[in-house]
Amino acid sequence: MLDCTPKEITERNSGGIINPAKTCQPIGAMYAALGIHKCLPHSHGSQGCCSYHRMHLTRHFRDPVMASTSCFTEGSSVFGGGANLKASIQNVFHIYKPDVMAIHTTCLTETIGDDVSSIIKTADVAEGKLVIHANTPSYVGSHITGFSNMTKAMVSYLAESTSPIKKEQINIIPGFVNPGDMREIKRIVKSMDIEYILFPDTSGVVDTPMTGEFQMYPEGGTTVEQLKDTGNSKVSLALGRFASSDPADLLNKKCKVPVVTLKTPIGIKATDALLMTLRTAFAHEIPKELEVERGQLVDIMTDTHFHFHGKTVAIFGDPDIVTGLTEFVLSLGMIPIHVLTGTPGGSSNSVAGSFEDDINAMLKPTGIQANVKSAGDLFTLHQWMKNQPVDLLIGNTYGKYIARAEDVPFVRVGFPILDRSVHSYLPIVGYHGAMRLVEMISNALLDRQDRDAADEDFELVM
Amino acid sequence: MEMTEKKLQTIFDQYPAKVQKSRKKHIIIKNSELESQEIEANTRTIPGIITNRGCAYAGCKGVVLGPIKDMVHIVHGPIGCGYYAWNTRRNKAKSDDPKHNFINYCISTDMQESDIVFGGEKKLAKVIDEVMEIFDPKCITLSATCPVGLIGDDMGAVAKAAEAKHGIQVLSFSCEGYKGVSQSAGHHIANNILMEKVIGTGDQETAPAKFPINLLGEYNIGGDGWEVERILKKIGYHIVSVMTGDGSYEALKNAHTAELNLVQCHRSINYIAEMLETKYGTPWLKVNFIGIQGTIDSLRNMALYFDDKELTLKTEVVIASELARIEPIFEQYKKICSGKTAFCFVGGSRGHHFQNLFAELGMETLLAGYEFAHRDDYEGRQVIPTIKPDADSKNIPHYVAEVDEKRFRLKVSPEKMLALKARIPLGQYNGIRYDMKDGSIIVDDMNHFETEEFIKLLKPDLFASGIKDKYVIQKMGINSKQIHSYDYSGPYAGFNGAVKFAEDISMGFASPTWNFITPPWKDQPLLEGTVNEEGVA
Repeated sequence: MLDCTPKEITERNSGGIINPAKTCQPIGAMYAALGIHKCLPHSHGSQGCCSYHRMHLTRHFRDPVMASTSCFTEGSSVFGGGANLKASIQNVFHIYKPDVMAIHTTCLTETIGDDVSSIIKTADVAEGKLVIHANTPSYVGSHITGFSNMTKAMVSYLAESTSPIKKEQINIIPGFVNPGDMREIKRIVKSMDIEYILFPDTSGVVDTPMTGEFQMYPEGGTTVEQLKDTGNSKVSLALGRFASSDPADLLNKKCKVPVVTLKTPIGIKATDALLMTLRTAFAHEIPKELEVERGQLVDIMTDTHFHFHGKTVAIFGDPDIVTGLTEFVLSLGMIPIHVLTGTPGGSSNSVAGSFEDDINAMLKPTGIQANVKSAGDLFTLHQWMKNQPVDLLIGNTYGKYIARAEDVPFVRVGFPILDRSVHSYLPIVGYHGAMRLVEMISNALLDRQDRDAADEDFELVM
Repeated sequence: MEMTEKKLQTIFDQYPAKVQKSRKKHIIIKNSELESQEIEANTRTIPGIITNRGCAYAGCKGVVLGPIKDMVHIVHGPIGCGYYAWNTRRNKAKSDDPKHNFINYCISTDMQESDIVFGGEKKLAKVIDEVMEIFDPKCITLSATCPVGLIGDDMGAVAKAAEAKHGIQVLSFSCEGYKGVSQSAGHHIANNILMEKVIGTGDQETAPAKFPINLLGEYNIGGDGWEVERILKKIGYHIVSVMTGDGSYEALKNAHTAELNLVQCHRSINYIAEMLETKYGTPWLKVNFIGIQGTIDSLRNMALYFDDKELTLKTEVVIASELARIEPIFEQYKKICSGKTAFCFVGGSRGHHFQNLFAELGMETLLAGYEFAHRDDYEGRQVIPTIKPDADSKNIPHYVAEVDEKRFRLKVSPEKMLALKARIPLGQYNGIRYDMKDGSIIVDDMNHFETEEFIKLLKPDLFASGIKDKYVIQKMGINSKQIHSYDYSGPYAGFNGAVKFAEDISMGFASPTWNFITPPWKDQPLLEGTVNEEGVA
C-alpha cells in the first residue's frame, strides 16, 4: 500500500499537492446551504463540480443531497453565464419549488468574473422566494472557507437588526460539523434554558428518517425567519475559527451582535469553555444534568487513562476539528507528534488565525516536539509517520491507506468518512461526544493489543 | 402499468414551456412497429434541471486515464477536481511492480489565486519535476480543469518541455470541464491522445502468443475485467491490453499486435476501436460480458471470428463447465427476483448491458437510459451518418488515424469479413432500443424531477442507478442498486459476476429492514391494544 511514498523526505516547493487533506470551497458552501430550511443549493459553474459535491456529501451522510447547477458549456464560459443562471433560477423555482436558492460559484465562474449579484437582481424571482449567493472560488482556501463564505451570505442577505434592544437569545454558528454534532450543541443549549438560533443547521436534513417517502426539502434547516432574527440576538458564538469567525464578525458589523469565538467544543476543556461562556452571557446556572455528564466523562477518562497515556498520535483533517482533537488527546495524556491540516492558515480577509500558532501554543507548555503544518498534504503526513512512527492515527477516511501501509491503529473522525456508517448521527462534541471519542480511541488501541498479543499474553480483562 | 404518450404528457405539462419542448425529444416509448425512433442525445444540459451528469474532466481523467496504473496522472487545477476523482471510482489495479503502481495517489497542482492571475505553467512544470524525482514514472499525463483553458495556460508546451527535460512521455489532455456537454467529451479527448501518442509505439511486431486480443472499454470496476480475463485465458486467448481497467502503459503501447479488439463500453472507447481498425486493420467486436447469455454469446462470437477448431471446442467446454457450476446457485436467486420490475439508468453503457441480467433473473426493465450516450448508443451505429454535431460538441477535436503502412494488415479477408458481419456484431452496435420491450421507456439525461415522476407512475421494484439517486430511491421504500460502483461489491461481469449480482439484488429484496418502515402505531388504532404479560397483544 502506497509503496511509492519514500521514507526520505525531500523538500517539495512546487506548491503542488500529493494526496490532499482538503477539498475545494463549493462543497462547503453546498453543505452550509443545506442547513437552511427549504433551500436548494445551486452551483454556478459547469455541472461536473455539482455532481462531485453531491456525490461526496451523499457518500459521507448516506442521505440524499440535492443541488442544481448552471451547466456551463464552452460558449457560456467565454461569454459569461448570466443566461445560464437566469434560466436556472426560473427552472428551479418552477420545477423544484424551494423557498430559497443559495448560489455558490466555482473556479470557472470566478475566473471569468460573472457578477452573480447583478445577475440575481435582473432575474425573475417570484414573490416570497429568495435567492442568496456566495462567491466561493476553488483556488482560495478550502471547503472550510466555502462553508464560511456561504454562512456569511446568510448574514449579508438575511440578518436584520429590527430593534435597538437585543433579544435574550444567542446565535451559534456550529462550523463544518455533522448533524449529530449540531443536535448535541442544541441539546446542551436547550438544557441551559437559553433561547438560541443555530445556523446553518443540517440536522433533520442529511440525517432524515426512513418513512417510505422522499422529501425534497426535509423538516430540518434553519428557517429564513430565524436567519433574519440573528441580527436581534444578544451575542454570537462562533464555534471554530476557520469555519465560523468570519460570518459572526460580519453579523457584528452589520447588526452589532458581539462575537465570542471558541474552539469547536471537542473534549472536556473546549466543552467547559462553551458552558462557561453560555453561563456568563446569560447568567444561567449550569444544570445538574450537564454537571453529571461532565463528571461521568472525567470518571471515564480516569478509569481508562492507562489505555492511552503516553501513546503517540498523528492527527489530520479540517483545522477546527484538528485543533479540538489535539487539545482533547493532550488532556488524555497522549502525545500528538504529527498535526496537519490541508486548509491554509488564515485565508485572505479572514480573521481566522494561524492553525500552526494555535497548535504550537497548546503544545508548548507540554514540551512535546511535534510536526505541525497547515496547507499540508497526506504525502507529507505519511512521510512523517515513516520517520517517526505513531501508536495511533486520527483523521478522515483517506487516512486508512496510511494506516494500512504503516500498520497503525486508526480512528475515523472528521470529513469525509466514506467507509463507515452511523458516524454522522452521533456527536464528537460536548461531554457525550468526548465519551464517544474515548471509546473509539481506546477500542482502536485495545483491538490492536489483542490482535498482536501472544496467546499467553491475551487478556480477558483490560 | 402501461406507459402511454398521454401519461408522459402529464409529466411534461409540469415543465416551463421551453423545458418541455426540449425534454420531449429526449424521451421515447419503444415501438417496434416503427423502423426507427429518433431520440435527441448528447446535447446541452438544461440549467437548473438537476441532472446526473458530470463533466469532460471526469470522462477523461476519471474514466479513461485514471485506471492506467503505471502512469502518474497530474491534475492541473484547483484541488477539488483531483480530490473527487481520487479512489472514488472502483477501477481496481494490482501490479508486480508496486513502486510503479500509482493508483492510490492524487496529484494536483492545487492552483491558487496567484496561478489564476499570473498563469500556472511554471508551477505545473515544477510539479512534473517533483513527480519525476519522487515517483520516476515512465509516463505522465496532465489533465486540464475549467480555469486552465480560460487563463490560457499552454499545457502542451509544458508537456513538450518536460518530455525534453526528463526523457519520458508527458501527455497533455485539454479536458476542461466545460468542454462538450458531459463526460462524453472527455472520453473522446482521452481516446485521441492515447491513440496518437501511446498505442502502437511499442516495438513488438507480433503478439507473443496465439489469439491475441485487446479488451476495450473495460475499467475493471469491482474486478469485472479480471473475471472476464479469467474466462478468456481459460479458453486460450492472449490478452494484449485492457483499456483501461488495471491497464498499463507498456501493454497499451503494444495494443497494435492484437488480432481482434473487443468493445465492452461502446461510448467511451469506440473512437479507439475505429482508429485501430483504420490504422492496423484490426476489426472490433461488440461484446457484452454482463449477464450469462451475453457472456456466452460474446465468447461464441469470438470463436466464430477466430474460426479455430480447438478454440471453438474449448469455448464450449468452458461455457459448459462454468454453467454447470453457477446455474444451480443462480436459480436460487432467480426465485427471489422473478416477476419484479426494474429501472436502469446509468452513464453511457450499463443502462443497456444490465438489462440482460435483469431478464435472466426474470425481471422486466420498464425504463432505461443514459446520462451522456449519443444517438448511436440508443439507436445503433447505422444512424451515425445522420448525427449532426451541434455548437457545443463541435469543438471537441476529432483525431483521425491514418493507415500504418508498415503494420497495417487485414486480419481476415474482405469476403470472410462480410460473411462474419452477417452473423456477429463486427464493427457494429445496435444500441439500447434494439433490445428493449415495446412500451418501455427510454430516457436521455434523466433528471431528478423525471426520476420521481416515473417512479410514481410505474412503481418499479428496483432502481439501478448511481450514488446521487440511491438514497432518494431508498427513502421511497424502493430497492436501489448502484451499478456504477456496484455498492462496493462485484465483480458483476462474466459468470461469477452474474451470480454475485443476483446475490446482491436478492439480498436487497429479501432484506428484513423494509418491513420496519411503518411504525406499528401508524397502522394500529390507539385504543384497541391491551398490554398483557407478553407485551402488547
